[in-house]
Amino acid sequence: MTPPILCAGLAKRYADVVAVAGLDLTVNARECFGLLGPNGAGKTTTIEILEGLTAPDRGEVEILGMAWTGGANTRALRERLGIQLQDTQLADKLTVEETVRLFRSFYRASHSVEEVLGLVGLEEKRTAWVGKLSGGQKQRLAVACALVSRPELLFLDEPTTGLDPQSRRQLWDVIGRFRAAGGTVLLTTHYMEEAERLCDRVAIMDHGKIIALGTPRSLIASLGAEHVVEFALADGATRAPNASELAALPGVRAVRAGLDRTALTVAEVHRAVPALLGLLERRGAELSLLATHHATLEDVFVSLTGRQLRDA
Amino acid sequence: MRDHPLVQLTLARMREFYREPEAIFWVFGFPIVLAFALGIAFRNRGPGELRVAVLRGAGDGAVAAVLARAPGLTAAVLDSGEARLQLRTGRVALLVVPGDPVVYRYDSTRTESRLARLEADEVVQRARGRADPARVADQRVTEPGSRYIDFLIPGLLGMNLMGSGLWGVGFSVVQARTKKLLKRFMATPMRRSHYLLSFILSRLVFLFLEVAALVGFGWWVFHVGVRGSFTAVAFITVLGALSFAGLGMLVASRARTIEAVSGLMNLVMLPMWILSGTFFSYARFPDALQPFVRALPLTALNDALRAVMIDGSRLSELGAPLGIVTAWGVVSFVVALQIFRWR
Repeated sequence: MTPPILCAGLAKRYADVVAVAGLDLTVNARECFGLLGPNGAGKTTTIEILEGLTAPDRGEVEILGMAWTGGANTRALRERLGIQLQDTQLADKLTVEETVRLFRSFYRASHSVEEVLGLVGLEEKRTAWVGKLSGGQKQRLAVACALVSRPELLFLDEPTTGLDPQSRRQLWDVIGRFRAAGGTVLLTTHYMEEAERLCDRVAIMDHGKIIALGTPRSLIASLGAEHVVEFALADGATRAPNASELAALPGVRAVRAGLDRTALTVAEVHRAVPALLGLLERRGAELSLLATHHATLEDVFVSLTGRQLRDA
Repeated sequence: MRDHPLVQLTLARMREFYREPEAIFWVFGFPIVLAFALGIAFRNRGPGELRVAVLRGAGDGAVAAVLARAPGLTAAVLDSGEARLQLRTGRVALLVVPGDPVVYRYDSTRTESRLARLEADEVVQRARGRADPARVADQRVTEPGSRYIDFLIPGLLGMNLMGSGLWGVGFSVVQARTKKLLKRFMATPMRRSHYLLSFILSRLVFLFLEVAALVGFGWWVFHVGVRGSFTAVAFITVLGALSFAGLGMLVASRARTIEAVSGLMNLVMLPMWILSGTFFSYARFPDALQPFVRALPLTALNDALRAVMIDGSRLSELGAPLGIVTAWGVVSFVVALQIFRWR
């Protein structure tokens, strides 16, 4: 069986920006694949090329075994896809039901309106105008319009950006149900926790290229350590230990000094933290912050690019 | 049937329109308000009584008495300064200076002044003994069809078809483009022709209501009838609506913002508001401009509507204007399809 998404050597440049600079990608059947990266990394251009909405300058694209050749072929392919675009604003003055019914009419095979509203949990908003919905509800409606065709392959471009945590979890559930029914998903996001939670595999993009590819677990493991210890000192940097002293502490794999805190990538928290506390005590430095977390894809991105995702 | 994309797209168009109260007003209310206001302001009451002044001086009383005999004039004796002021500001149409010769002072470019001069001279001459050699008789005619409102209603109908065609299509298309809804539709198997046709279909539905509202109002309030056949009026309005929908599609085919499309619309409509004989006859424009004026789609549409509504012409007599309207629609639509920006 051919993979639902295959692309090779993809490149696209706009007037003065290279959006995608040579990208190869394979997404397997029933997989949830995440394209991660900061704004401007080329995620949206990539997904829109795969969706057949943007023509690449170079490269091959094969979706569900078909190419974007135009005409009847393209229409047949579109019948099998569900697409949610990043910045679509659905008509404010139509109701939820009317909007779904409109999108439904474009497809041969489709869910009933009841079914698809049930899938995204919008049954109660059926007669509400789209303009009156909350951000999360609008986003679920956009996903409903993508799901109405019973797609084999679902494209989601930043489906949860700007949503509150509860709305985000509701959308994750929608995606989970689609996958449980056997669907394949390609999504973009700049929330690393979302990618870790949802995706079987992720590709981290920066400047139009894939800089890391693998399961979230393997990417995090590539840091060589599973934990991150962050600390900050109350009385500034005067008595702070320097980087080489910190690196010499037991279990510490890497040291990153940030603006307001220092982060240590650590293999064994139970050895590194007491050692750190001991070092600081000998210096007479007082802690204003000490936190540890499991290493995340965010830490992977930082270690690969030296930049934080949010301000990249 | 109900789930056919064309039906759903057309329903969406119509819902978006009738759920927008402002749009309802501009399409249905505004032309009626305009017809009512203009119909009242320009109702046929003739020039009425014309005021003339007699300059104070020797013999003023006698001249004023003579002028008062004229049925259409009222005369007042005024001092020199006051008389000049009133003549200049148009409050009197004519200033008569008694003496020999009797001097008529007036602005010869003003219709009312020339009328006043004719009426005044008539009674002045008769008072001096002029006899009319020929016998004449007046027959007064005030027939529906010759009034300003009869001229106005077909023009407003044409103007409304232009406005709602351009705005109805152009605005929605560009709005869908700026909201990325057009791009979203492109991500479905929707046929582009269905999208464009849905505009035409929803225009036709509202067209019926627009025409019924304005023609009904004209008939009810001002007794403006349709002398020709209603079928002919229906045919011409449908043709006009389709033609302007095509023009609207062309105007909206590339624009990326509402501001841009609004500017283009005004650029297209403004010349026709002025030149195409909606409010006054385009015969007033110089001969050199006439071929250009007649080639405009609104001019042709107004001509055809007036020919049927006022003169009772049949469609077969209207080949030229209907040809112009059709040509504009077809050419606009074809060009629009070629250059349309689908995302």
